[in-house]
Amino acid sequence: MKNLTALKQPLLVSAWFMFLTFPLMVIRVNTIENVVEWRWRNMIWVGTASFLLTFLWRYLSDRREAARKEAERTEDHEQTLGRFLAGRPEVGRYLSVGAMILALIFPFVFSTYQTNIMATALMYAVLGLGLNIVVGQAGLLNLGYVAFYAAGAYSYALLNHHFGIGFWTALPVGAVVGALFGILLGFPVLRLRGDYLAIVTLGFGEITRLVLENWNDFSFGPSGISNIPRPGFFGIALDIRGATIYLYFLVLLLCLATVFIVNRLQNSRIGRAWIAIREDETASQAMGIDGTKTKLTAFALGAFWAGMVGVIFAAKTTFINPASFTFLESAMILSIVVLGGIGSIPGIITAALFLILVPEYLRAFSNYRMLIFGSVMVLMMLFRPQGIVAGARRTYTFRRRKSGPELERG
Amino acid sequence: MEYFLELFAGGLTRGSIYALIALGYTMVYGIIELINFAHGEIYMIGAFTALIVSSVLAMSGMSGVSALVLASIVAVVYASAYGFTVEKIAYKPLRRAPRLSPLISAIGMSIFLQNYVLLAQTPDFLPFPNLLPELPLPEAFGNIIGSTELIILLTTAVIMGGLTLVIKFTKMGKAMRATAQDRDMAMLVGINVNRVISNTFVIGSALAAVGGILIASHVGRVNFFIGFIAGIKAFTAAVLGGIGSIPGAVLGGLVLGLTESFATGYVSSDYEDVFAFALLIVILILRPTGLLGRAAAPKV
Repeated sequence: MKNLTALKQPLLVSAWFMFLTFPLMVIRVNTIENVVEWRWRNMIWVGTASFLLTFLWRYLSDRREAARKEAERTEDHEQTLGRFLAGRPEVGRYLSVGAMILALIFPFVFSTYQTNIMATALMYAVLGLGLNIVVGQAGLLNLGYVAFYAAGAYSYALLNHHFGIGFWTALPVGAVVGALFGILLGFPVLRLRGDYLAIVTLGFGEITRLVLENWNDFSFGPSGISNIPRPGFFGIALDIRGATIYLYFLVLLLCLATVFIVNRLQNSRIGRAWIAIREDETASQAMGIDGTKTKLTAFALGAFWAGMVGVIFAAKTTFINPASFTFLESAMILSIVVLGGIGSIPGIITAALFLILVPEYLRAFSNYRMLIFGSVMVLMMLFRPQGIVAGARRTYTFRRRKSGPELERG
Repeated sequence: MEYFLELFAGGLTRGSIYALIALGYTMVYGIIELINFAHGEIYMIGAFTALIVSSVLAMSGMSGVSALVLASIVAVVYASAYGFTVEKIAYKPLRRAPRLSPLISAIGMSIFLQNYVLLAQTPDFLPFPNLLPELPLPEAFGNIIGSTELIILLTTAVIMGGLTLVIKFTKMGKAMRATAQDRDMAMLVGINVNRVISNTFVIGSALAAVGGILIASHVGRVNFFIGFIAGIKAFTAAVLGGIGSIPGAVLGGLVLGLTESFATGYVSSDYEDVFAFALLIVILILRPTGLLGRAAAPKV
């Protein structure tokens, strides 16, 4: 009898999903030939899958509840990967040395194609780290980050097209243009509350893309700009493989520099000001933090990295057009930050590698990859909201011992 | 002058549909403070379901007003069911989570639903049959406003009137307003907040589906991606009017529709969307809480 009631809910759920997916999954109309295709087999698939998934769902929900209760009972913070790493710096050191060696030999072990993908993944890691300054640290939800990325890419492409300016000159220029864009947008909108800020940045991102698409005299419209030169290597001409490896190391270097700088920023005066603003704007202002200036710095710094990566992107693909800078790209970078664990540097790098590499190697399922991507985003938020590697915050906990209170830093 | 009136009518039509979708955003935001990114997809699913049902009906020999009514009912029911399910899966478990979590979950849901329709149906544009009946309009009048446009305007006006009555005078509407004001207090006085939230999603989704059917029969084609831009525009309309405010959503939708219509008519049609977003930015800078939004004083 008990088994029957346990089965009732999954059966109901499965019936609900069969009903829900009926018109879209079962019926397909061909309006040209006036035929209706009935795909009843899909219905059976949906029914079975949702029946089985109900059990998985219930198991995961139970586990989440249990974890929450456990945390409440012991009044202890959850043991996270990030906290674990923070507690044992030597493990983190071994891991990063291992990753470093792997990253150094990667292009010589794997093919040009693999190296190219890896370079893309590292680029996204840098973008994620840049956006993390804005979203993770300062708590400003920016949905138009791709606009700064586009600003960098187009400044290199256009400067090169009109004036023949090379990659190394364009790199700082692109970064500064990105940062200026950040200030330009940030100045008027930073006094808006969270969600308004999100939609305005989204609008700004779309405006940038639409202007690039339509202002033919300036940006060459949807057809884009081609024949952008790759970065020079002391005047030596490199073949495709050489150029890819060179670019890979460039991106790797940039990634390392970013990790270093972001890490230093996190513990700096301005970094702590960002966190204070994120947690409570009014209180932080009462403590003497200049809200507008602090937020603007976060915006400009985030945009600075986006602009720099934009220049590298243009040099890497040698061709850019507005289609590379859609809202989906912003959403992708944001999900890297969130899935990795807001504020966590190793998490963001892991997430970037995961989100770029997995779809590349899932080419066989290429039709399904965006579907999987979307569901992973939802599931991560439901069952692991702190991200792959949760960022460990600097906390002090008091633990009473027999001999008296002891201050432990964790 | 006639050109002006034509643009005006076009803007009103467009704006009233933005308003229909914006109502869903604004109601959900008013209650759980979430930008429901998947709302545009619900609108798309509504339009798609209507297309499928009406095509099947047309092939079995049914057409005209009866087919329209049947297809609309099925589409509204399905869109509501999707809205309800999305809330249960993606947002309900995250009620107490930090602000960013449900937002990411919503973006994920939106991507998921788009690709679900893409895979289950087709990546191409499908022609949408014109289901709306042709009204006999006087000649001079007909130059300014088309029959479809008039039907859209009348339908949205009736629906918005109905919604206002529901929210003002029914028990459920009262519960919704109470929940929007203070969720914990509403729970204390015995309101089933979960049910109110579900109801809000169902109503918002139904309105979006109506908007989807209307605009699809106006434009004449649908694909899996139409929800994205319509969703962003409608959200813009909701923010423009002051998010959380129902009359604000209607006003915002109309202002946005008229702006787009006049801008494309008098300036350039290439920059239609640019005008919409530029208007949003300008209004938010001048009035950070939207046209009809109330400024909430920060609690210290």
